[in-house]
Amino acid sequence: MQNKNHIFNLFCCMFFMFLLVGFFQSWNLALTIFNLCIISSIMSLGINIQWGNAGIVNFGVMGFAALGGLANVIISMPPTNKAWETGGIYIILGLTIFIVSIIFSVVLWKRTAFSNKQKYLITIFIITFSYFLMRYIIDTPIKAIESIEPAKTGYLGGFNLPVIISWPIGGLLAALTAYLIGKIALGLRSDYLAIATLGISEIIIYVLKNEDWLSRGVKNVNGLPRPVPYEIELQSKPWVTEIANLTKTSIPEMSSIIVKVSYSLLFVTILIVILFLLEVALKSPWGRMMRAIRDNEVSANAMGKDIKKRHLQVFIIGSAIIGIAGAMLTTLDGQFTPVSYQPLRFTFLVWIMVIIGGSGNNFGSVIGGFIIWFFWIQSEPIGLWLVSFITSQISDSNLVKIHLLENAAHMRLMFMGIILLATLRFAPKGLIPEEKR
Amino acid sequence: MDFLNGITLIANYILIPGLTYGSQLALGALGITMIYTVLRFSNFAHGELMSFGAMSSILLTWLFSDLGISAGILPTAIIILPIAIIITIVYCLIIDKFVFRFYRQQKSKSVITLIVSIGVMFFSGGLIRFIIGPGDKNFFDGERFILKAKTFKAFTGLNEGLAIKTTQGITIILTIILVALLFWFLNKTKTGKSMRAYSDNQDLALLSGINPERVVLITWIITGTLACVAGTLYGLDKSYKPFTYLHLVLPIFASAIVGGVGNPVGAIIGGFVIAFSELIITFAYKKIFFYLIPNEFTPNGLLQILSTDYKIAVSFVILVLVLLIKPTGIYKGKVI
Repeated sequence: MQNKNHIFNLFCCMFFMFLLVGFFQSWNLALTIFNLCIISSIMSLGINIQWGNAGIVNFGVMGFAALGGLANVIISMPPTNKAWETGGIYIILGLTIFIVSIIFSVVLWKRTAFSNKQKYLITIFIITFSYFLMRYIIDTPIKAIESIEPAKTGYLGGFNLPVIISWPIGGLLAALTAYLIGKIALGLRSDYLAIATLGISEIIIYVLKNEDWLSRGVKNVNGLPRPVPYEIELQSKPWVTEIANLTKTSIPEMSSIIVKVSYSLLFVTILIVILFLLEVALKSPWGRMMRAIRDNEVSANAMGKDIKKRHLQVFIIGSAIIGIAGAMLTTLDGQFTPVSYQPLRFTFLVWIMVIIGGSGNNFGSVIGGFIIWFFWIQSEPIGLWLVSFITSQISDSNLVKIHLLENAAHMRLMFMGIILLATLRFAPKGLIPEEKR
Repeated sequence: MDFLNGITLIANYILIPGLTYGSQLALGALGITMIYTVLRFSNFAHGELMSFGAMSSILLTWLFSDLGISAGILPTAIIILPIAIIITIVYCLIIDKFVFRFYRQQKSKSVITLIVSIGVMFFSGGLIRFIIGPGDKNFFDGERFILKAKTFKAFTGLNEGLAIKTTQGITIILTIILVALLFWFLNKTKTGKSMRAYSDNQDLALLSGINPERVVLITWIITGTLACVAGTLYGLDKSYKPFTYLHLVLPIFASAIVGGVGNPVGAIIGGFVIAFSELIITFAYKKIFFYLIPNEFTPNGLLQILSTDYKIAVSFVILVLVLLIKPTGIYKGKVI
């Protein structure tokens, strides 16, 4: 019961912080931070179910979030008809050949009685052969596609469907990838799994950066459609003008606040749904089983639980949640920029959120997401204030002071490091510890 | 003649860059291996330690060039390297005292210490950017080339040139010296033997009167040295940007794992395996075929297995493949 009060207090504090930002900086900024906080919270929920409840170390957040972003492009952008005419078929054919050959070699590996050496040789031969065959088939069409109006399209485009569909599809895409990764990598123990997932997520980003026919690569996909109205449309509506007059704000500002509030409502709904489902899952016998596996794999195995299968299951669920959050993030940004996916910002920051909030507790992850993202944004002004406070006795023309003020923005990394280290040292269970059941 | 041209081409574009990059990776991987075998955790902060070392070198280089001291044809970084190493070691020891020691005494799980090292990574990254800023810094001075492509062409009369940059030469030579010293220390001295004993079996080592704190101290000294040298060499060879060192962590881990975590020889081999496979897979073979095959058979494309954009991704692919097929690496290391 005390725990519930504690959670309530923390959320009130957070709410108060947003009010402060709203009153002292601007409501627009407060809402921008709020929206990103919700997305961060959903991502940390995904990691929490994997790490907090099943003990799986997944450092691939960046990759899954990027796949969610890719779903936005594939679902919502209009198709480039000319590109499909010139080479779409060839690309599908080439990829199919490669995928079939991989499936074939996996089947061969599992179902045949060759010796290991023969298996290696055959697999290497099949995969090399099909790789070069694929390259032979798709290289020319890719060049053709990428040269169709490279400044505007130069890629295959998408299905022109409402963008909101891309959220579940992003989750699905991430889940599918998680299935493949889990199948091959979950056998590894914690440290190796961390490094492997980090490596795989980097590979995903590299593919998205360089396969221009799919995602336009570093040229970015701009102008993704929105699930909410545009500011320009709102500004011509009479009711917007009325509200703006009532609250004494300018009409453009009011319209952008309305857009952000509608995003917030959408995101909060999704957060609540996911939180509810996760809470139900973790209170059920399934959740008890996951915790049993986390706490003692050997004894859980002895009780007849299929550890490999459960781990795979929870890995897929968590990654799907991250994929959904990634898709939401790209929709909010309105553009897909593969370069913006950095392990520091995605993977490691989300991990800090989970640890600070309290691994094993869903509410903890949500509050962790809120606090860390809030400080990630606000540490820039705080750092600046801190540096100018410390150096206030030094004259303004001092070179050291100028240098320090210039680099004060980078204090945020230091803040994050200190927060993480302090939490791990003095409150390793986090702000909201896992419930004792 | 054509054959010699082909060989020169390979030496210029694969052999020498591969040896350089491989040496840098090997030094980094050795550091990670040392920490892993003795302190038993994967140190994600190692990239930032390298960055810290490089930063100290840059600051000292600036200081020395202000004082008017330079190393002539060699970069100034070479003479200040010992001081930079000491600064890096001191930083490592401070971090260990205030952060890692606690978890060592608690006998925390290695995953927890790994997450702690991420905290150290964030902190160090922020500190470095705070001190030196996020921008590009070039601190190379002195003679640029040991062997210029033009000189080589004039000397041999070949079409293809072979160029060796000073930084490449320094990297390779320093790596050989450091590795030789390290192996001599680990295998021949009493302290080195006690370290190996400690990493093999902690309880037994404690029983035989080995002081664990001393072993840890020496491990950090070695790690700090390796990190500082590797970071400085990488910064000299490419150019220094705090941001790149974060991305270097993964290739370094790849090298350590490919070679076999916990095995120093493996770390070195792994570094070269990663470096050469990156270059071999992304090299455009067209020019070589141009020399080796009669002209009418020369194919049209660039004959690249993968485009150069995927250079670093190659190391990740190798990492994943090794983890899947042989997690113990080439030289059997410890399985985590």
